[in-house]
Amino acid sequence: MTAKGGSMAGHLVLEDGTVFEGSVFGAPGTSDGEVVFNTGMVGYPETLTDPSYRGEILTLTYPLIGNYGVPSFTDAKERFESDDIHVRGLIVSDYIAATDHWEAASSLGNWLADEDVVGLTGVDTRALTMRLRSEGTMLGRIVMGKSAGRSHARDVIDPNSTHLVGEVTSKEVKVHKGTGPHIILVDCGSKRSILTALLERGCKVTTVPCEHPFSEMDADGFMVSNGPGDPTKCDPTIDELRKVMKRKDTVPVSGICLGTQIMALAAGGRTYKLPFGHRSQNQPCHLIGTDSYVITSQNHGFAVHKDLPRGWQVWYRNLNDGSVEGIRHRTKPFSSVQFHPEARPGPTDSSGFFDSFLEVVRDG
Amino acid sequence: MARPKKVLVLGSGGLRIGQAGEFDYSGSQALKAMREEGIETVLVNPNIATIQTSEGMADRLYLLPVDHDTVARVIERERPDGILLGFGGQTGLNVGVELNDSGVLKRFKVEVLGTPIESIKDTEDRERFVKRLDEIDVKTARSKACTTVKQASAAAERIGFPVMVRSAYALGGMGSGVARNARELNSIAKAALATAPQVLVEEFLEGWKEVEYEVVRDSYDNCITVCNMENLDPMGIHTGESIVVAPSQTLTNDEYHMLREVAIRTVRHLGIVGECNIQYGLDPFSNDYRVIEVNARLSRSSALASKATGYPLAAVAAHLAVGASLASIPNTVTGSTVAFFEPALDYVVVKVPRWDLERFRWVDTCIGSQMKSVGEVMAIGRTFEEALQKALRMIGTGMNGLVLNRFEFEDLDAELASPTERRVFAVAEALSDGLTIDEVHDRTYIDRWFLHRIAAIGAMRKELTGRKKGTPWPDVLKRAKRLGFSDLQIALATGSTQAKVRSLRKKYGILPVIKQIDTLAAEYPATTNYLYMTYSGTDHDVEPRAGAAMVLGGGSYRIGSSVEFDWCCVNAVRTARACGYLTIMVNCNPETVSTDYDICDRLYFEELSLERVLDIYEFELPEGVIVSMGGQEPNTLAPMLHKKGVRILGTSPVDIDRAEDRNKFSSLLDRLEIDQPQWTEASSIREAAVFADRVGFPVMIRPSYVLSGAAMAVVWDRESLDAYLTRATDVNPETPVVVSKFIENAKEVEFDGVASNGEILLYAIGEHVENAGVHSGDATVVIPPQRLYVETTRRIKQSARKIVSALDITGPFNIQFIAQENRLKVIECNLRASRTFPFASKVLRKNFIDIATKAILGEPVSRVEGSALDLDLVGVKAAQFSFSRLKGADPTMGVAMASTGEVACFGHDMEEALLSALRSVGLKMNGKTVLISTGPIETKRAFLPALTKMKEMGYRFYATSGTARFMRRNGFDTETLRWPLDGGKPNSIEHISNGKIGMVINIPKNNEEEELSNDYLIRRAAIDNEVPLFTNLRLTERLIEALQVHDFDELPVKEWSEY
Repeated sequence: MTAKGGSMAGHLVLEDGTVFEGSVFGAPGTSDGEVVFNTGMVGYPETLTDPSYRGEILTLTYPLIGNYGVPSFTDAKERFESDDIHVRGLIVSDYIAATDHWEAASSLGNWLADEDVVGLTGVDTRALTMRLRSEGTMLGRIVMGKSAGRSHARDVIDPNSTHLVGEVTSKEVKVHKGTGPHIILVDCGSKRSILTALLERGCKVTTVPCEHPFSEMDADGFMVSNGPGDPTKCDPTIDELRKVMKRKDTVPVSGICLGTQIMALAAGGRTYKLPFGHRSQNQPCHLIGTDSYVITSQNHGFAVHKDLPRGWQVWYRNLNDGSVEGIRHRTKPFSSVQFHPEARPGPTDSSGFFDSFLEVVRDG
Repeated sequence: MARPKKVLVLGSGGLRIGQAGEFDYSGSQALKAMREEGIETVLVNPNIATIQTSEGMADRLYLLPVDHDTVARVIERERPDGILLGFGGQTGLNVGVELNDSGVLKRFKVEVLGTPIESIKDTEDRERFVKRLDEIDVKTARSKACTTVKQASAAAERIGFPVMVRSAYALGGMGSGVARNARELNSIAKAALATAPQVLVEEFLEGWKEVEYEVVRDSYDNCITVCNMENLDPMGIHTGESIVVAPSQTLTNDEYHMLREVAIRTVRHLGIVGECNIQYGLDPFSNDYRVIEVNARLSRSSALASKATGYPLAAVAAHLAVGASLASIPNTVTGSTVAFFEPALDYVVVKVPRWDLERFRWVDTCIGSQMKSVGEVMAIGRTFEEALQKALRMIGTGMNGLVLNRFEFEDLDAELASPTERRVFAVAEALSDGLTIDEVHDRTYIDRWFLHRIAAIGAMRKELTGRKKGTPWPDVLKRAKRLGFSDLQIALATGSTQAKVRSLRKKYGILPVIKQIDTLAAEYPATTNYLYMTYSGTDHDVEPRAGAAMVLGGGSYRIGSSVEFDWCCVNAVRTARACGYLTIMVNCNPETVSTDYDICDRLYFEELSLERVLDIYEFELPEGVIVSMGGQEPNTLAPMLHKKGVRILGTSPVDIDRAEDRNKFSSLLDRLEIDQPQWTEASSIREAAVFADRVGFPVMIRPSYVLSGAAMAVVWDRESLDAYLTRATDVNPETPVVVSKFIENAKEVEFDGVASNGEILLYAIGEHVENAGVHSGDATVVIPPQRLYVETTRRIKQSARKIVSALDITGPFNIQFIAQENRLKVIECNLRASRTFPFASKVLRKNFIDIATKAILGEPVSRVEGSALDLDLVGVKAAQFSFSRLKGADPTMGVAMASTGEVACFGHDMEEALLSALRSVGLKMNGKTVLISTGPIETKRAFLPALTKMKEMGYRFYATSGTARFMRRNGFDTETLRWPLDGGKPNSIEHISNGKIGMVINIPKNNEEEELSNDYLIRRAAIDNEVPLFTNLRLTERLIEALQVHDFDELPVKEWSEY
């Protein structure tokens, strides 16, 4: 149901004092975070459970959200990218409390309530998005009630100043059986779909916490996962990966999203914060040196600087803003993409990434 | 692939059901793209009213029929090295395939650009299609291609009823239907096989969701889906008949991307280059799906997707066809990105079809797997409810939105069981009436998600109605506006007035905000001028730009108002821009060129309602509004806008009213001493009868409010007057009817002109081939006149001058005259552009709209010298009918318009132009056998000279009893065929369906027949068996004369500058 009168008012206030009024769904309460937007038109259960959104208040630009409810976690685990909702708040234009889809077990609002996450509906999400786009990503706070004049969100703590990866990485090493090559998945807040993509291709996968000393582990290949926040906060992981890439036995290494940034840093490159990030399912990327382009799903606020260390080259580039979307070593089997080949949410066009990585692993 | 230097583009001909204005949009974009690529273009399209057939679009233009033989001759003359088949609808595609198969393309070394012929065939031939998709494990509906009715029955038994029967190579689902048992299968298969060599019997996915994707692929194998859409009406209702929503609403990420992945896999496998559309059935209870079809060309859906997303599909497809890559084409909306991306929408789009079924006697009014709608509108909002209600108002049938309309359903159950064009209203009514969501779902299979949204609108209506007294409160008002309620709806629900609601909400600051369509959901800054309005928002995306000229478009295409008015609007905007004005276009029809955002400075894809136009006007504060280009719909708004202080540019709204108000206009004519047919306003049957007795029958009746049946009628006696007024309309003091003397055997003449301050600048006189009594939209019109006395012409000009001066006209106008000998009467005067403006402009090679717009804007314009009579060429405009799509409709011409489009061709004489025009609307000459029934004795006699000519040409005559007797008596060897209802052999119907008749000439009796008659059955049989049918004496005479002069198969093929 579209938010009705009588529902509780709430508002979002940005660090610059801009206020967006709305009404509350999900779990009422105050919430702080970095306010970002995603332009994908489907896939809110997947998005909300993506650990990369840790610390974010997420604005969805598609106005009608909740249309197909939320599936049951027990029956359809694959619809959730992790076990928890990671966003600190959800902001939409027109929340729809539907449960009519055959897979739906609950409405989006009830799920948010169960997970203690606040939602705000009735917000001019386009105006908010335009603000974030022109001013850059801002910190913000969701507050209950109508705004009473001079509120601000200057005291919100920037989640990127904390070690967000530490909050979402797994606590212990876990082995997933398989008959194929053995891949170490460095979990910086990995989406379930990455693990699934590897397992579907027959790999044996060992997931390790991000600060686990994984560099000496016996493996046919390494993959560094996606994850939230600023990659420069991940020093132990960067150090371990640097060691991996210096191993005498040259084990193939790959990465996705944050994994790419970590790889770049491990190789001696630099990263920087994008003004408002890439969060969408329609990012066009160019495979450098070819006539080939691919539509990708993305979710990142930081990116790899185009000046790469010696021996490295840009693999993919974003067609919209020219930013780096993939890097690879010129001679060694190290390559990584900034986008999400595992999709979910989003297009599956780049799923061949896993196949080519495993080819390299097998050939190696 | 060598880059072509000269490319042939095939158009789609006259607008008809299943193939309408969308192909003017796609063809125009293709021509523009070729120009950008520096490639010379040749266009074949007889549709005179389109933008693509205007000067400056194609380098070489052939206003000729798009058929194999004609196009082959154009190819021989022009020697293009490439051909584009995907921009002229099914017609263009089919002719292209024929040209390939006949070897013409190979002989003249013409390369098919874009999707190769073999891929097209893979998509068109059902058996090949299924096989090709099997190769890549893509699921298609279980099906069997059949060439006989017997095969079809067997296939249906195997697959199991219900089954869907479709015909191959058909536009708009023609000849298809759902068969629930053997009997139904028999009749559908038989009908379909009459027009197609093959039918497909397939499993019917009852209740499955219907979803489609628009896919683009370049020759480097880069592939994207630009848009997906979901039909509110599930499988079983043709997508052209469905309410369609973009993007899909009820699909999860996995469903959305599963279908997207299948689409890309399929398109790559088939080797499509350019644009195509893929349609799916999706199981509402699992991830199971079927691919229903792939259209390897631009389509109605692609036009919709273009407008829904801002992604210019047709232009991109054209660039790709000549070898461009997606990444090399700029995204003109953002100005900073490229065409390789998938639009992200931050709004919801709803398309609603427009039907005109009530115009046709005996037509089957149910909607289903065949397309019957004649147009569509698209609404944009930020709630589904808002977009839906906007769209329902936009269709221009007087709806106030989803609820609070003035009709009621007599039998809701029946309405839900067999849907008609009012289905969505019935669903809303049923939900308000106490049926549950589940109950309505079980009857309609409409997804519960949509039903909940519809119910929300109903709930708001109740909330509003419940609070009749007292001031409506800002909160409810705000929520009602977010759900798409108009001020009028709110007024109706709360017992207030539209004006009061408007001022109240303005007082509360409840105003719509203006948002941009930027293809990327605000992720990148966009220079876009493509705008819509919504109540779900607080901030405008744009600032007002005062001083603009605002042009109101024509809204949905419908019978009587179509692409010709879009031509006028586009030209008006172009001229205003050229004169240095900022321009604002307001329109809501996705099939148009006027809604291409590069046409104007600001495009509001919005309602053409008083409320919305005022909203835009008050925000933008333009210099003024031009209402005379978009046909009757904007013209009707003029007085209301004027009353609200809007500055109307051109002829004053007071004068518009003097022309529109019958009483005022009548007394004006009296004062000017210009004759008019006698008329009266009758508020009872008795008054009408008294008038008719006084002036003598026949009389013409125009009701002010139509319940059912034709809008206007001619009645020939008291009995039929009574019958008509009882059946078709309410006649009472609130809804009086206008009764006027109907003049028989008179010529009808169109006077199209442009004036400035009451002085005529430019004019064209068009002569109807048919006598008065055939609606001017259905009539065959000739410019310059061929059979008018010089004296008549002189008097016409004189009268026109007087009227123009008296009404102080500035801008376009049209006056309709009837002439008997030299006696003239004025029957109508419109102070706006008329249907014939593009035709007149193109024959005279003077852009009437350009001059009219300059006059309206007060730019200096001088009189255009020279008379149409001096022309070296003759132009003939012929009507395009869609009777074959309208099961049961009586294919006759009368005072109410029935045609859906038009074409026009040129010639050095009338005969050449007429034959080309008739050929362009589908006339085929199949052997010299003709079945004649010529009605009353006067017609029989009048037709004798024509019969003599036919005899000389070697025609073999068949006739129904009376006509046959008369013909034999007059020396014509004639075989009698029995009337259909008489039974017996040899029977007329049997002969028609067995292909023994090459042409049917059936001149109806004067009176509108109330019962299913023999004549009707013969006419219908002709249509259903694709036998050329002529029902008008004058037109038939001219046709026969022309056939004597010219060889129908060897008509001259000339480029328009050669005339």
